[in-house]
Amino acid sequence: MSVSLACELNTQKRPELHLADPQPNVSKLEVVASTTPEPAPQMRRPHASTAPDKIFKYLTVTAALSVVAVVLLIVFELVWHSRLAISKFGFGFFAGSDWDPVSGEFGALPFIYGTLVSSLIALIIAVPLGIGVAIFINEMCPRRLRTLLSFTVELLAAIPSVIYGLWGIFVLVPFLRVHVDPLLKANLGWTGLFTGPIYGIGMLAAGVILSIMVVPFISSITREVMLTVPQNQREGVLALGATQWEMIRTGILRNARVGITGGIILGLGRALGETMAVTMVIGNRPEIAKSLFAPGYTMASMIANEFSEATSQLYLSAIVEIGLALFLLTLVVNGLARLLVWMTTRGSPSRVYG
Amino acid sequence: MAEALQSGMPVRLSLRRRLVNRAVMAATGVAALLVLIPLFLILGFLGAKGIGSVNWAFLTHTPVPVGELGGGMANAIVGTFMILGIASLIGVPWGIAGGIYLSEYGRNRFGNAIRFTADVLNGVPSIVTGMAVYGLVVVTQGHFSAFAGGIALGIMMIPIIVRATEEMLLMVPQTIREAALGLGIPQWRTTLSVTLRTASSGVITGIMLAFARVAGETAPLLFTAFGNQFWNLKLNQPTAALSLQVYTYAISPYEDWHRMAWAGALVLIVMIMGTISVVRIIASRGMLKGAA
Repeated sequence: MSVSLACELNTQKRPELHLADPQPNVSKLEVVASTTPEPAPQMRRPHASTAPDKIFKYLTVTAALSVVAVVLLIVFELVWHSRLAISKFGFGFFAGSDWDPVSGEFGALPFIYGTLVSSLIALIIAVPLGIGVAIFINEMCPRRLRTLLSFTVELLAAIPSVIYGLWGIFVLVPFLRVHVDPLLKANLGWTGLFTGPIYGIGMLAAGVILSIMVVPFISSITREVMLTVPQNQREGVLALGATQWEMIRTGILRNARVGITGGIILGLGRALGETMAVTMVIGNRPEIAKSLFAPGYTMASMIANEFSEATSQLYLSAIVEIGLALFLLTLVVNGLARLLVWMTTRGSPSRVYG
Repeated sequence: MAEALQSGMPVRLSLRRRLVNRAVMAATGVAALLVLIPLFLILGFLGAKGIGSVNWAFLTHTPVPVGELGGGMANAIVGTFMILGIASLIGVPWGIAGGIYLSEYGRNRFGNAIRFTADVLNGVPSIVTGMAVYGLVVVTQGHFSAFAGGIALGIMMIPIIVRATEEMLLMVPQTIREAALGLGIPQWRTTLSVTLRTASSGVITGIMLAFARVAGETAPLLFTAFGNQFWNLKLNQPTAALSLQVYTYAISPYEDWHRMAWAGALVLIVMIMGTISVVRIIASRGMLKGAA
């Protein structure tokens, strides 16, 4: 028995394969054990029995399965508490643009619009920055600085959302109001995106603060994916006489584009669900305005502001339905992102914290 | 390229290509700078605006009404640790057990499904988690509590710890497991006393990162712990948290409270950065203690 055990250990990569799946003779042994009160000692396996092993395995399986259970529970909870709004409004809920709890009108469009537009602004700013930083850290900066720099960039991901919001209210918003917004209005006012009164707070401020928050996600995934491109690929391109940038563009970025797209979508997933910082700088007004200076409202910040103030059952269930929609949106976006990143890094766990 | 130069072959790139190369590579440096500036600005402002209000009273007193001088966030600091304690009690054993499953048994399709679900759970907006826990715990119990807040944060910790544990256990060489099994140690003992032990500093790193990540969370606490202006050490009562308190003070119209918000934020960031620094120290000593 112990000899066969050793043999299997040599041939099989994972020891649990034979320990976890009881072999036919082992199960026979157990049958014997159950019929005869005292099995002969020499018939047993070297270590007392497999029962503790099984219990241990089932405990860990339970823990792993409960991750699935938690997700299902969240879905159930959201569907259950939004059933009133779902049955009353149907799909029209997502097409209505009026949100007036007093008169009982609930349309989710302004929030969906706000979530999508603020996240889009964030990506427009963060994608070039994130990829640029990734290239700089991986290809440009001195080896000694590399760890320090990547650590510093990832620190951005460790700052709590509420602190971004605090900084946004008292530093970023006044800065935008005084220095950036008037400039945009004067030069790009003709696009219609930068018109109207300048409050400082509004869609643009939310987008800018979100962009700072998602840069570390985009850059660290991009770095990770860039590192998976084989070394000889770069050497090959360089040998053909390419400049460093041409090597990066054709040799690395082109190979890693699927994974980088995954990283960008992952950043999008973060931006969509971000709550506190956005709530503090977006202005919280449920309307759809073309100008980015105008205040807006996102799904997450509406929930944060109104969930505990909901006065009627219908109001509450309308808010929960928005939560459900937000959940499904991030589910699709994150699922897609993970799939893309996995396709390039082959399922090795992500190194992004959180 | 260097060899080409040595052999005397003319290596002369067109001016345009060289300029484009220079410009793009400089742009990446500018991007790095642009990303670092907000970080230093945020930390700088926190230090400059917060340090003046962090004093002994801030750390030992409870909040006072608007207009009164003094007061602090002692209850919020204690509340934060209560909530984080509950969260860790839920997230750590659960996360480690899940991670053990994925690394020791889950190299199959089922494991991949779990892995994917963990990533999905990790991506669930924290406000949605808070809403679900509100329905599950707060509505059932009938009141807001530190307990509910801890559950919300614990749920957020699980997927992070699951993936970190898995990653660390996979770094333990197979031969170490085989050696232990070869000595006749049952597999569960091998996993706990040998594999997990070997990877312990890496696993601790993962736990602390999860801790740092949820320590500043505000959104899931809005409808679970709810906040409290007074001392509360009971787990089933509404409980203050630093992050909630910073939020309340930041959006208030009062100068005094803004100062308190900066001070609270400074304490919070010092807590988080402290945790991360400890992580760096552990990590720099090597993820694996026993393994070469």
